Amino acid sequence: MWEAIRRWFDPAELGSVGETPDYRFSLANERTFLAWLRTGLALVGGGLAAAQFLPPLPMSHLREVIAVALLLLGAAVAVRAVDHWARTERAIRLGQELPASRFPAILALAVGVGALLLVVAVLMRAVGGR
Amino acid sequence: MSTGRDPGLQPERTRLAWRRTLLTVTVVTVLAVRLAATGDPTDALIAGGTVLVWGALLVLCWPRGTGTGPARTGGRTLPLVTAGTVVLALLGVLLVLRGLG
Repeated sequence: MWEAIRRWFDPAELGSVGETPDYRFSLANERTFLAWLRTGLALVGGGLAAAQFLPPLPMSHLREVIAVALLLLGAAVAVRAVDHWARTERAIRLGQELPASRFPAILALAVGVGALLLVVAVLMRAVGGR
Repeated sequence: MSTGRDPGLQPERTRLAWRRTLLTVTVVTVLAVRLAATGDPTDALIAGGTVLVWGALLVLCWPRGTGTGPARTGGRTLPLVTAGTVVLALLGVLLVLRGLG
């Protein structure tokens, strides 16, 4: 794991493999990274918003649990974004297949299930009154 | 059209992508500072930390994609911006957990 982290911070190492591609490919890869980073930042912002704008929910501390879950998910998305960027850049330079990833599907499922759970919580509150 | 300029305007699009990201960082920072506005000195310290991260990311990201022609890509900025995002998230977790106590 530390090896991977060291690699992210060592652009010279990444620049030494394969051939330098058309710079537009690198720019596209960079924009994909930025789009993922913004997804992560949106989750972080969502967590911060949940902590201060959500009304008290029927389960104790549910609001804080949601906020912390969103914040940690946002951090995970950001870390995965830079890892995927580095692996994609390496693949482009070596002329290999781009790395496949299950992460988007997992993230979509997690967000979907989380939203459903929240719907249940809101309905419980509406039916149960206060 | 000038020669040597990508007709797909990729450097320009990339610059705008960096600016959008900075805008998102700014929104996150404002939300964190609002959450930390409790009058508590430790919360104020955490708010100061988020503003510091915001400033660092601003300095780091603003020069990206400026200028025309084949732009510089990759480099240390990407992992550093990721690290900044992770720090913002962890400061947020700290704020939320302190609100429980």
